[in-house]
Amino acid sequence: MKKIIANREIDVNEEGYLVEFTQWDREVCECIAGECNVVMTERHYEVVEYLQEKHKKEEPLSIRGIKKSGVVDIKEFYNLFPGGPLKISTKIAGIPKPKSCI
Amino acid sequence: MSTKVKKMLFILSKATIENAYAAFVMANGARMEGIESEIFFTFFGLEAIQKKKLEHLRVATVGNPGMHMPTMLGGLPGVEALATKMMKKEMEKLDMPPIGEFLEILSDSGCKLWACKLAVDMFHLKREDLIDELDGILTIGDFYSRADQEGCQLLFI
Repeated sequence: MKKIIANREIDVNEEGYLVEFTQWDREVCECIAGECNVVMTERHYEVVEYLQEKHKKEEPLSIRGIKKSGVVDIKEFYNLFPGGPLKISTKIAGIPKPKSCI
Repeated sequence: MSTKVKKMLFILSKATIENAYAAFVMANGARMEGIESEIFFTFFGLEAIQKKKLEHLRVATVGNPGMHMPTMLGGLPGVEALATKMMKKEMEKLDMPPIGEFLEILSDSGCKLWACKLAVDMFHLKREDLIDELDGILTIGDFYSRADQEGCQLLFI
């Protein structure tokens, strides 16, 4: 489906996750973050870039992976993206919601 | 997507690896969905938070029909250890953390970890026998009082 994000038509799935990563940029990112009550800082972007890098390499995302990432620890991750950090951060990063139960 | 469940409270009473993981996966899964979670370790569940024992939890090969193994075979020396080793290998493939690391993840994720006072006294345990991440030792009454809002669910494992 289409959704207007940052005054543009963006393809998203029924949960609001971007379908086409090429449509992602910082403007779109900040609009989605706003909907998730997250105010983006450079720290947020560092995490978002890490997630996008993992997704590009087709490596599955998990909370354990975050612990080992060296980019952010779990406590900070929960503070940056409160209320379900992995599902919110991936939505903001413009990548699919992780399917893992861990 | 919002959920009506606000807080999940788990009571882990068993020391088998499958029960501990069931509690941990559900407690972690709750945090990942923005739901509060807490675990109360009682009776044999305390093995999962004892520094010396937590990496030695085993899968039950006797009295566990899910193993599809004759009960007598399950009781033979080494069978339980072998089954445990195989299960841990499969878990590692799925990137499931070992018990100790899982407890760290839970604690860092804001999941509260409590030991049952009665069981701690019964097994003559001291605070230092238990993991550093433990949030405290509570009575069951204290634990019930943690269900302090609407949308709390309590689960016995």
